[in-house]
Amino acid sequence: MVTAGPALPDAHRARRVAERVPDPELPMLTLADLGVLRDVETRADGTVVASLTPTYSGCPAMAEMRADVAARLRAAGYARVEIRTVLDPPWTSDWITESGRRKLAEHGIAPPGRAPRGPVPLVLSPTRPAVPCPRCGSRETEETSRFAATSCKALWRCRACREPFEYVKEI
Amino acid sequence: MSDDHVYLTLAEGHEDDTRWAYGTGFEDPLHGVDTTVPEGVDAAGLAAECVALADDALVGAQRLAEWITRAPELEEEVALANIGLDLLGQARLLYTRAGQADGTGRDEDAYAYFRDAADFRNVTLAELPGGDFAFTVVRLLVLSSWRLAHFRGLVDHPDPVLAAVAAKGAKELAYHRQYAAQWCVRLGDGTDESHRRMRAALEQVAPYLGELHTAHDVRDEVAADVRQVTDAAGLPLPVYRPRPGSGRAGEHTEHLAPLLTELQGIARAHPEATW
Ligand SMILES: [Zn+2]
Repeated sequence: MVTAGPALPDAHRARRVAERVPDPELPMLTLADLGVLRDVETRADGTVVASLTPTYSGCPAMAEMRADVAARLRAAGYARVEIRTVLDPPWTSDWITESGRRKLAEHGIAPPGRAPRGPVPLVLSPTRPAVPCPRCGSRETEETSRFAATSCKALWRCRACREPFEYVKEI
Repeated sequence: MSDDHVYLTLAEGHEDDTRWAYGTGFEDPLHGVDTTVPEGVDAAGLAAECVALADDALVGAQRLAEWITRAPELEEEVALANIGLDLLGQARLLYTRAGQADGTGRDEDAYAYFRDAADFRNVTLAELPGGDFAFTVVRLLVLSSWRLAHFRGLVDHPDPVLAAVAAKGAKELAYHRQYAAQWCVRLGDGTDESHRRMRAALEQVAPYLGELHTAHDVRDEVAADVRQVTDAAGLPLPVYRPRPGSGRAGEHTEHLAPLLTELQGIARAHPEATW
């Protein structure tokens, strides 16, 4: 969404600035790759309003993302910057872009599969399909921990190349 | 911009160079969200519901955090810490919403750090000492299952903020329940010793189930999850023995006050401190 009239090209430029801000926890991704930058608009008075959505309720990087986006926009010459939090609809891992998924894999992190739709059932049998190893592509992999260094990742290991790897969970 | 090295870009663009790491400048987690309470919503009731659900999460997170440096394996420590962090995030959003709804404008810290035990509305199961790892995973199973079922109902709440917090929280709680359930099965179906301790943990949790369903009646959903786990683990269903008292009415066990003393100590000793 951009305002009509002469502000238009400027809004596009502001969006490009905000889109390039790296994620603090997965810095190979931009906030646009991660799908947490919902919107950038420019008001008639020149204020740039960037909307962010948290990945997890407890994501400790949210305040940092807000500060980073504001700082980058100010550095790009926008004097008036406003950062809004958007909670609805909630972020899901499906919001990670194709380019984001490619960058994760290039950095040895397995990208998420398709996020579950509707209520997630409790499943006790190990029916989870194997995540392919981001290094060698083997499907001879196993989960070592459902939670890794951050809530959004699980820890897996590859039996073929014997390397551990992180995996961004579908949520 | 040092885009040639992804980690270097993180060191740039900070407005306050005294911060040694990100996340130290806590601010309103509902920053920029429309804070209007919709017409027709009972604001006092909304605030009370948010405080109760936030207290469950804060107290539960504190008990999980006690496992840090003490969990049986590093992976479990990281998992319990992450689950606690999710709950803490839910608590921050809910306290902030409560302060908007009750008209006091109190922030999350006012609720978390500057209320006494009698003002807390968490269910008492959340405040019991962690004790055995078996008890921790049984309690986590029950509380996650209960909170998840309740949150699934709250996604249609007329307050859009509470509905959005519930929609996001439900996704997280499904992971918590899954984690707890798998440990329950592994221990219940494990050695004689782990089986014995799982049975004891189920007995210990059973008296507190009634209180959960008085607060939010989702007994069918919780019973289905518990039965699925006990069947898979070869464990008996816990015998229902209700105990008197309700955390939702401010009636707590003797365990809450010491937990709060530890949680609130620094904030109360240095009320103006930021970190
Ligand atoms: Zn491999």
